Amino acid sequence: MQKQMEGSEAVAKAVALCRPEVVCAYPITPQTHIVEGVGALVKNGSLANCEFINVESEFAALSVAIGASAAGARTYTATASQGLLFMGEAVYNAAGLGLPIVMTIGNRAIGAPINIWNDHSDSMSMRDSGWIQLYAETNQEAIDLHIQAFRLAEELSCPVMVCMDGFILTHAYERLDIPTQEEVDAFLPAFDPVQVLDPDDPYSIGAMVGPEAFTEVRYLANDTQLQALKLIPEIGGIFKDVFGRESGGLVHEYKSTDAETIVIALGSINGTIKDVIDDMREDGVAIGSVSICSFRPFPLAELRQALGDAKRIVVVEKSLAPGLGGIVDSNVRMALGGASRPVYTVIAGLGGRVITKASLQEVFEAAGDDRLPDLQFLDLDHAAVEHEIVRARQTRRSGPTAEHILRQKAGGARP
Amino acid sequence: MFQIRIHGRGGQGVVTAAELLSVAAFIEGTHAQAFPSFGSERMGAPVVSFCRFDDREIRLREPIQDPDALIIQDTTLLHSVDVFGGLKADGFIVINSTRSFDELGIADFVATFPPHHVCVVGATELAMKHVKRAVPNAALLGGFAAISGRLHMTSVAEAILEKFPGAIGDANVAAAREAYDIAKTA
Repeated sequence: MQKQMEGSEAVAKAVALCRPEVVCAYPITPQTHIVEGVGALVKNGSLANCEFINVESEFAALSVAIGASAAGARTYTATASQGLLFMGEAVYNAAGLGLPIVMTIGNRAIGAPINIWNDHSDSMSMRDSGWIQLYAETNQEAIDLHIQAFRLAEELSCPVMVCMDGFILTHAYERLDIPTQEEVDAFLPAFDPVQVLDPDDPYSIGAMVGPEAFTEVRYLANDTQLQALKLIPEIGGIFKDVFGRESGGLVHEYKSTDAETIVIALGSINGTIKDVIDDMREDGVAIGSVSICSFRPFPLAELRQALGDAKRIVVVEKSLAPGLGGIVDSNVRMALGGASRPVYTVIAGLGGRVITKASLQEVFEAAGDDRLPDLQFLDLDHAAVEHEIVRARQTRRSGPTAEHILRQKAGGARP
Repeated sequence: MFQIRIHGRGGQGVVTAAELLSVAAFIEGTHAQAFPSFGSERMGAPVVSFCRFDDREIRLREPIQDPDALIIQDTTLLHSVDVFGGLKADGFIVINSTRSFDELGIADFVATFPPHHVCVVGATELAMKHVKRAVPNAALLGGFAAISGRLHMTSVAEAILEKFPGAIGDANVAAAREAYDIAKTA
């Protein structure tokens, strides 16, 4: 049924339709309304047979989720930003133990400096934890990916993160198609765990594994992700059969077939990018985009194919590997293999910095003329950073950088 | 695409106003996207929210910088925040006030817009009268519907009642209807 709805509320409904049996929540800021919404559905009885557990921290939230999943319950939680970091050890454990937990990340920056706004630093910090990571382009896709995530996780016995841009998607109201319980039941079979803590058939989960076997266990973790590369498109196909719309998959291509310049991005910024592409296409520019939905596993072959014979690639990403450049970018370069063509990295939207159509069009045009630097920070205030670099160099006790940049931005005197 | 920016202060229902606009547009079969200015919202702090209407799927995610319409819920913002920034030359302005544009000190600026595109509505007073609380948002939506012609008053009423079923919704609808009539006859 079509409804005008907030992203978080819609995801809460979608999660409830998947009939989770345990939902753990530590609703500190930054959180979204998602677990709050699921909690309300448990309380009013519309989500039956579900234990909603308020825990004392994010670390506890995922630890309880691990226990619940190992006991055979379909388990869900959500977090973001510092909350994800605080769960860090449990994030690796859930994957290492092969427990099919589904977790929403309402993507936000990581401090210091303190910042509650959107970027992809949080989920990117866990990209190699062994979880599958899917990035939603729209709220509709966020709903659909959650429904697919439970099936994917449980078929592979591997946890899945559904990443959706904090604020930009989680707090936006748009027209959404909320599936019916019958549709979701037809798509998502009951959880049939491959391992379960059962008193009638006791065994242990979480053995100490020494050097003699650790590599083999890790090899299999990689193999699980490679299986996911096949399974994600398959599940997307089945989803389309049941729900009648395309959602998920490994990558989404937009006007890329004949494009000389291809833009690559993750998540909601793809919407703005598509609008810029349409404008530039009207001016006769051969530009297109590829949105990466599955970042882990990373679809090397599919991406290489989607990039075709494009002359240049522009990666727009909301994450930064200080000392290297782009994170998505370095993965994209791996997909390109030895092929020599320019790959430009545009770091954009950090800590909620607005990404405008105008700024994107400017960098895409510069890329088209091959006059973009390899690494560019979109809309960077060059004067502010240069002033700070000089100031810090001149004074040994130069004080905190963040406070000085803030003072400059507020129009205060430059000391 | 038609873009609306709403300025107000934390506690005045700025974010809810954008949500209600998007629901009213949805009721009329229009694609709509509403979202708040993101930040640590607190009572009394300046807050901005946004709403877009279009006849096709809205993909754009940037904040609205060149609005077609402005709803200003609090006149104390007029001289502290660039509320009129980017407003289109033939745009619409609805301001919550019982004072005239002249008394607000913006008569010259407002005179550059088509006369029937601008109005002041004492929305806080209407809210006090009907809702018994100083929440001007619903009434201003009535004013917006009246001058912009972008939404039917019935859709605004339906959106309000969907969000606030019962007596509170009815009271807000009454405030919105009265604001609609004031703006229509102004």
